Amino acid sequence: MNHSIAFRTIVVKEIFRFIRIWPQTLLPPAITTALYFLIFGKLIGDRIGTINGASYMDYIVPGVILMSVISHSYANVVSSFYSTKFQHNIEELLVAPVPNWVILAGYVSGGVVRGLLVGFVVGLIARVFDDVAVQNWWITLSVAFLTAALFALAGFINALLAESFDDISIIPNFVLTPLSYLGGVFYSVTMLPAIWQTISIANPILYMINAFRYGFIGVSDIDIQLAYLMTGGFIMVLTLFSLYLLHKGTGIKN
Amino acid sequence: MKALSLRNLRKTYNNGFEALKGIDLDVGAGDFFALLGPNGAGKSTAIGIISSLVNPTSGTVSVFGHDLQRERTQAKSCIGLVPQEVNFNQFDTVKNILLNQAGYYGTPRKLALQRTEHCLKQMELWDKRDTVSRRLSGGMKRRVMIARAMVHAPKLLILDEPTAGVDIEIRRSMWKMMQQVNQQGTTIILTTHYLEEAESLCRNIAIIDQGQIVENSDMAGLLARLHVDHFVLDLAQPLTAVPVIDGYQLELVADKVLNVAVPKESGLNKLFGELTQRNINVISLKNKTNRLEQLFMDLVETKSAGAKQ
Repeated sequence: MNHSIAFRTIVVKEIFRFIRIWPQTLLPPAITTALYFLIFGKLIGDRIGTINGASYMDYIVPGVILMSVISHSYANVVSSFYSTKFQHNIEELLVAPVPNWVILAGYVSGGVVRGLLVGFVVGLIARVFDDVAVQNWWITLSVAFLTAALFALAGFINALLAESFDDISIIPNFVLTPLSYLGGVFYSVTMLPAIWQTISIANPILYMINAFRYGFIGVSDIDIQLAYLMTGGFIMVLTLFSLYLLHKGTGIKN
Repeated sequence: MKALSLRNLRKTYNNGFEALKGIDLDVGAGDFFALLGPNGAGKSTAIGIISSLVNPTSGTVSVFGHDLQRERTQAKSCIGLVPQEVNFNQFDTVKNILLNQAGYYGTPRKLALQRTEHCLKQMELWDKRDTVSRRLSGGMKRRVMIARAMVHAPKLLILDEPTAGVDIEIRRSMWKMMQQVNQQGTTIILTTHYLEEAESLCRNIAIIDQGQIVENSDMAGLLARLHVDHFVLDLAQPLTAVPVIDGYQLELVADKVLNVAVPKESGLNKLFGELTQRNINVISLKNKTNRLEQLFMDLVETKSAGAKQ
């Protein structure tokens, strides 16, 4: 059987879903990040000076873009898959000869596409406020892709384990947002007291934001190779865990 | 060739409830098969396992010779499921619901479009193809689910109470559609609480109760086992006392309504002769209950009584 058709069907369905509701999916990050760039980048940033040799605006642009990629790749999968589960549409997929890895790949791809699209929109907004330049496209795009994939996977697991709509908002509100803000979006970890620097090292988002920033302006607080290793490792672990949950039927089968 | 074969199928849920206690069942290719049982008997669990919505505890399921565990893709490709509850995306159009389902089954786009048109026309929904599904009536939603289940041209169609909650006119038109689908070669397994539906559509039947198959035979053979028919007689004049007629059991339920239990060997002629002799004029007669319903109740009650003992 040709599973590529099933994969394409899921991905296209997912993309049409978030494009159809673009005022809820694409417009809010554009407005929010425009305000970030205006307030933090322009109004406050001009008084801060430089960080690691880069202007404050240049310094925060990559972090703000990646923060949007993280939150939207996660949100897309968690809301879409949980709704599918809640309305029992998931039965359409479970009855059909679609292997679990195709279901996972389809939903994660949908999340990656939305995450990258939002990242692109935020990048365009950043261009309005700053002459954003990318030093290394390969690093920038690969980190954005891997980060989107990682958080789409996390969203998928959240949706599988969620038993109510409350359960799908807890992680984004109480885990993702704090970790993103504390991941060095607006500051360098070298500016923190020693104890907080040590604590920050345990935050995986710190590695991704720094690697992404390195692609933009060539500045990073951490080792880029370590960032790739961590992201790749997390992707592998979450993929295997997702497939295990699907195989067990956790949250989707009686 | 067997369309479906279940062997020693068991399901015990996490709370310890034993929904299926090792059932064996065969459904022949091309059959129109009724799977009946009271609520909580295990029908939905069995259908859930066959359609991969429920994991079995043990046992095997084979669909057109393909083992559901070992040859998952081939086995699943043979099955189309119409579930009890509406489970399609209510924000999607009718056409997209079918096209997506065809896509999940690996149907190429061009063929999927042709089949979508064919199935929607067959279900008389073609003019609703661009309608968002939540705007459809209950009967139309049921037909969308049948069309969706057929879009990948399954060899085995499982209909889990497909006419529940629809009016008699739509129900009868759906019976006609199901018969057409069966005549075109698709094996159908039907579960329903409308026993006249099973009696008029199905050739073979299994009755499941408390997780076990309590009856599995052909419909004609099963109905032939009914020894007593129950009739309701409408009388021209009121009666004050129940007449006593040898060989029949009579009960006066209203002054002009008489219930009669008629043993097969006695027949109706003798009864009418006796009533005429007593100057009792009968205006009309009807079956008190559907014949299958009577058998179903007998079988299920016998089983329950046995279980209590």
